[in-house]
Amino acid sequence: MKDWKYWVAEQRGTLFAFATFVVMFTIYVSNHPAGFTANVVQTAANKGVLLAFVAMAQALVVITAGIDLSVGMIFILTNCLASWIVVGTPLETALGIVGVLLAGLACGAVNGLIVIYGRLQPIVTTIATGAIYFGIALLLRPFPGGSVNEDLADFLTGKIWGVIPVSLVALVVVVLVVWVPFSRSVMGRAAYATGSSEAAAYMSAMPIRRAKFLTYTLAGLLAGIGGLFLTFFTYTGEAALASGNAYTLFSIAAVVLGGISLYGGTGSAIGAVFGALAFRAIGDLLFVFDLDPLWQPLFQGVVLLIAVSLGAFGLLRVRNKLDWFT
Amino acid sequence: MSEISPMGRQEAGRQGLWRRIDPAVATAFGCIVLLLLLGSLYSSNFLHLDYLLLQLKVASFLGVIATGAMLVILLGQIDLSAPWTITTGAMMSCAAAAYGPAGVALAIPFGILCGVLIGIVNGIGVAYLRIPAMIITLATNAVAQGLMVVYTGGFSPQDEATEAMRYIATGFLIPGVPNAVLVWLVVGAGAVFLLTRTSFGRAVYGIGNSERAAYLSGIDTRRILVIAFAITGGLAAFGGVLLAGYSSKAAQSMGDVYLLPAIAAVVLGGTSILGGRGSYLGTVAGAILITLLQSILSVMQIPEAGRQVIYGIVIVIMLLLYGRAPASR
Repeated sequence: MKDWKYWVAEQRGTLFAFATFVVMFTIYVSNHPAGFTANVVQTAANKGVLLAFVAMAQALVVITAGIDLSVGMIFILTNCLASWIVVGTPLETALGIVGVLLAGLACGAVNGLIVIYGRLQPIVTTIATGAIYFGIALLLRPFPGGSVNEDLADFLTGKIWGVIPVSLVALVVVVLVVWVPFSRSVMGRAAYATGSSEAAAYMSAMPIRRAKFLTYTLAGLLAGIGGLFLTFFTYTGEAALASGNAYTLFSIAAVVLGGISLYGGTGSAIGAVFGALAFRAIGDLLFVFDLDPLWQPLFQGVVLLIAVSLGAFGLLRVRNKLDWFT
Repeated sequence: MSEISPMGRQEAGRQGLWRRIDPAVATAFGCIVLLLLLGSLYSSNFLHLDYLLLQLKVASFLGVIATGAMLVILLGQIDLSAPWTITTGAMMSCAAAAYGPAGVALAIPFGILCGVLIGIVNGIGVAYLRIPAMIITLATNAVAQGLMVVYTGGFSPQDEATEAMRYIATGFLIPGVPNAVLVWLVVGAGAVFLLTRTSFGRAVYGIGNSERAAYLSGIDTRRILVIAFAITGGLAAFGGVLLAGYSSKAAQSMGDVYLLPAIAAVVLGGTSILGGRGSYLGTVAGAILITLLQSILSVMQIPEAGRQVIYGIVIVIMLLLYGRAPASR
């Protein structure tokens, strides 16, 4: 096999997600009444980027064969926090942003500490910590409200030279600053190895615990960036339970669409980003086809059900029945 | 020492009895007593029989739902579709009541049937398509939510619960003992029988320990998985029917608040989240423990936000006390 064939085989999930996104977005834009204009792209980008950040957070944890059901709540918590502290002079705003990101980082670190050093199951742990984070969000914002530095918010949700959405640029920057260095580091390799086979990684003296801890912590940070952007889009903070649950659910859907195995060890966060954008494009198809918005939850649910069922085709390749049982 | 003295045999017997008591179940019951004592320091009402019966009644709704959650957790799976299965059960039984006398008579079975159908979809996804349970149940939860939103138009439905539903949730067949508690007793007795006295129960524990081994021992593991998920769905929907009877109405996302408590009740009761290990007595203790915790937090007038935080912290601490996995070596 040539080198590029290996590369394609390795990136199959990501490429599939990218293709899905291109197809869905083309259908979306070609049926949109306004057509392919900068404004349509900007709106789509702003909605998609929020989910993309949360999906990247989920992807990091899923690669180590874990799961983080609190990402949606970290997203909500950082949104509520940002609506308090990301205001005022440029210096205050900058400090506020640092504070929000640290809060996200801290939430992720708490998850990591409990899961790794407390040796508890990630599902139960993150459901419980999710309740804690939502409680704190509710303490911060019992009622929707607050404000944000509007100049910064308008800039980050606007367009550069009237064409390129700034939120998309921010997403690319975060991928380059957080994901690329991580995935190429020893920790990143260890994270993949842990997800692939924890016992084998342990025997090979990989830094399992530090790698897992780092993924949970970075997941908190990415969810925090998502929450920060939510504040920039809405100008307010709101402790909405339904919204937090929806983002957790959609992040898992995006990860699956992005070609990351839930058993860990494969895929990339870039796949999850395209998975998130594709999922948003699918969800918005209803609007361009002028259907009743009431049908949107059902439509998204059915898309999710079909997407996860597609994984079953892998069973056809299984020769030994015993390999069904992982 | 080759001969065993009578004393020694007695000692062994006592050890056997002692070994039969799961430390996790004992801890859970200990925590219940502790909570009641702490509560009684705050207000003497906590030890009144009326209060305890009321708590038992509230716990029975959670108990029925947790019974279903326990069954799939014993299999090493998880059911995250409970929130909207509960809501679907409640809404569909109330909806059936609007269709004349036959609808009123069939309201409860119809609600349960809807839950069983959701459970069967979950089971087929897990058993035959080998989709991780967490994912397929999240997806069916979303579909069930979508169906209910379309059905109700996004508002709480106007249909009322039937007399029968209200009776089983709030009535008194035996004076002083709420019917809901009797319902839980029946469901619990059924669960204990199923888990300890039938080959289905053995198979559930077997699959939870190693599905591969269970398959090689001639168990049709896929059929067992589908049946278990169907029962779980049915029990969640039945819990919804009871809740609808209790508040005489179904409401949007009424089931959301039961997902964490149901799983927490099972896990706090000593059932391993990895499957294959756990007793129903533990789940009973877990359900009562969580209900008491919620009740005491609300009696102390801690706002919703604080309750969520304390609640999450308590669950994490209790899990850290006895739910830890062995260290990798």
